[in-house]
Amino acid sequence: MKIRPFRLTVLGLSLLIPAALVAVVLFLVGYSGQAIAFNGFHFLTDVTWNLGDLYDDPVTVRGIQVPSGAEYGILVFIVGTLASSAIAILIAVPLSVGTAIFLAEAVPELERSARRSLPWLPPIRPALAMLVELVAVVPSVVFGLWGIVVLVPFLGHHISPTGNGYGLLAASIVLALMITPIIASTLYDALCQVPKENRESAFALGSTHFEVVTKAMMPMVRATLIGGIVLALGRALGETMAVLMVSGGGINILPTSLFSPISTIASFIVSQLDSAESDPTNMSVRALSQIALVLFIITLAVNAGAKLLSSGALNVRKRQ
Amino acid sequence: MSASVSNPSFHSDSSALALRRTIVSTAGWIACGIGLVLIIFPLLDIVGVVAFNGIAAINWDLFTKNTGGAGLGMANAIEGTFIITIFAMLIAVPVGVGAGIYLSEYGKNKTGSIIRFLSDVLTGTPSIVLGYFSYIVFIISFGWGFSLAAAAITIAILIVPYLARITELALQQVPNTMREAAFALGGTDATVVFKVILPAASSGVITGALLALAISVGETAPLIYTAGWSDYTWSGRFTHSPVAYLTYVIWTFIDQPDPHSHALAYAAAFLVMLVVLAINIGVRMTVKRGVK
Repeated sequence: MKIRPFRLTVLGLSLLIPAALVAVVLFLVGYSGQAIAFNGFHFLTDVTWNLGDLYDDPVTVRGIQVPSGAEYGILVFIVGTLASSAIAILIAVPLSVGTAIFLAEAVPELERSARRSLPWLPPIRPALAMLVELVAVVPSVVFGLWGIVVLVPFLGHHISPTGNGYGLLAASIVLALMITPIIASTLYDALCQVPKENRESAFALGSTHFEVVTKAMMPMVRATLIGGIVLALGRALGETMAVLMVSGGGINILPTSLFSPISTIASFIVSQLDSAESDPTNMSVRALSQIALVLFIITLAVNAGAKLLSSGALNVRKRQ
Repeated sequence: MSASVSNPSFHSDSSALALRRTIVSTAGWIACGIGLVLIIFPLLDIVGVVAFNGIAAINWDLFTKNTGGAGLGMANAIEGTFIITIFAMLIAVPVGVGAGIYLSEYGKNKTGSIIRFLSDVLTGTPSIVLGYFSYIVFIISFGWGFSLAAAAITIAILIVPYLARITELALQQVPNTMREAAFALGGTDATVVFKVILPAASSGVITGALLALAISVGETAPLIYTAGWSDYTWSGRFTHSPVAYLTYVIWTFIDQPDPHSHALAYAAAFLVMLVVLAINIGVRMTVKRGVK
C-alpha cells in the first residue's frame, strides 16, 4: 500500500480529538483514584462536604493521608443538579414547543395577511428565528449578571416568601432560558420538514389550522422533540457560571423548597478552587476530581441517550 | 358526525362544536405566541440592561488603566481575553480544520465515524470538567501554575470539535465533480484540498472559525481553573504567570458592593456581548441557514 503523507497528517490531527477525550477520562480517573478509595460509595450518598482541619496534622486512613475530620459527600450537589435541571426542563418544554409552533406555522400566516396591506414589509420569520437562536449564544456569565441584577431582585420582591431571590428557582429559570433555544430550534426545523401531504390531508378533513399542528404534525416530530429535550438536559446539567451566580451556593443541606439555596456539581467545583488550593494533603483536589468524573459520566449518559433517540428519528429529520 | 346529519338539532350542535374548536384553536395560538414572547423578551432585556449600563460605563480609562492600583480600568482583562483567544485559535484552527478535512475527504469509514462520535462526546462534555482536567494536568502535574499556556490549550480543546464539525460540513458542500476534475489534472491529495476544495469552502470554514472565536471570548468556567487572575497586564511569559480576562470581571465585580466595580462589570459584559452578538448576527445574516 502506498504511503500518503497528507492523509496521514490530517488523520493524525483528527486523532487528537479522541486523544483529548481519552486523556480527560484517564486523568480524572487516575487523579481521583485515592479519593475513590477513601470515600467509597458514601461519596454519592453523604450530605456533608467537610474539608477537615487544614491546619492540624493530617491523619492517615487506610494508608491515605487526609486532613483530620475530612469527609466528602456530594448528595447535596447531585440533588441540586438534578432538581435545577428537571425544573428547567419543565419550564423550557412548553415555552419551546409554543415558540417552535408559532414560528413555524403562525408567523408565515400573519406575515401573509400583513403583507397584503403593507407590501414593503421585510421578512419577519427569519428575524424572529434568529432572535431565538441568539438566546443560545449569550455567554453563561452574562446570563448570570442579568440573573443577579434583574431576575433575583424580581423573585425576591414579588415571589419568594423569604424575600431572598437566590436559590433553586432562580437557577432553574436561568437554565430554562439557556436551553429553550436548543429545544425550540430542533423542533422548528423538524416542523418545517413535515411533508406537505400530511398537512394538506389534515386540512382536507376539515381540521382547523391549530388542530393540523397538534394532531397531525406534532405526532410526527415527537421523537425529534424528545431528542432535543435530552440534548438540552445534557447542557443544563453541565452549566456552570449562570447557576453559580444565582443559586445561592447552598452546601451541606438538601433543598426543601423552590427558594432553598443550592449548588450544582459544576458550580460547586468552581466555588471550591481556593479551599482546594490550601489543602496540604491534596485530598480535596482529588475529591473534586472525583466530582468532575461523576459529572462527566452523567452528561455522557444523557448525551448518548440523545444520540440514540435522534438517530431513531432520522426518518422525519433527514435533510440532504 | 353522520348520525348528526338527520338530527334536527344539527345546527346548534355543530355550531357549539365549531365554537369550541375555534376557541381552543385561538387559545392555543395565543399560548404559543406567549411562549415566543417569553423567550425573546429576556434576550431583549439582557441586551438592553447590558447596553444601557455598559455604554454609560465606557470611558478611555477602561482601555488604558488596569484593575490593579487605583482600579480605574480593565486594560489587563481586555488584553488577556485577546491573547487567550489568539493563542487558542492558533492551536485550534490547524487541528480543527485538519480534522474536518480528514472527516470530509477520507472519513467515510469506521475510523471516521468513531472520531465523529467521540468529537460529539467532547462537545457535550461540560466546560468546567475540561477546565478541571487542565487544572490537574497543567497546573498540578506539569507545575505550570495559572498561565496563558494552560488557558489557551483548554479553550482550544473546547473549540476544536466545533471547528472540525463545521469544516466537515462546509467541505461537504463542495461538489464532487470539482474533486474529480482536480485529481484528473494530476493534483496530489494536498493540492486538491488546499488549491481547490478549501478555497471553494472558505466561507464556511471562516464562519466556523468566527463562531469558535465567539465561544472562546464568552467562556468563563474553564478559565477559572487555568488562567487564574492578574491585576496587571500580561508579563509575556507562557507559564507561571496568571492572566486576566473579561468574563472574570463580569463574574466577580458585579458582586462587589461599590458602583465603580459594577460599572466595570457592565462595561466588560458590554464588550463581550458586542463581540459575541456581532459575530453571530453577522454570520447568520450572510450564511442564511446555508451551513448548519
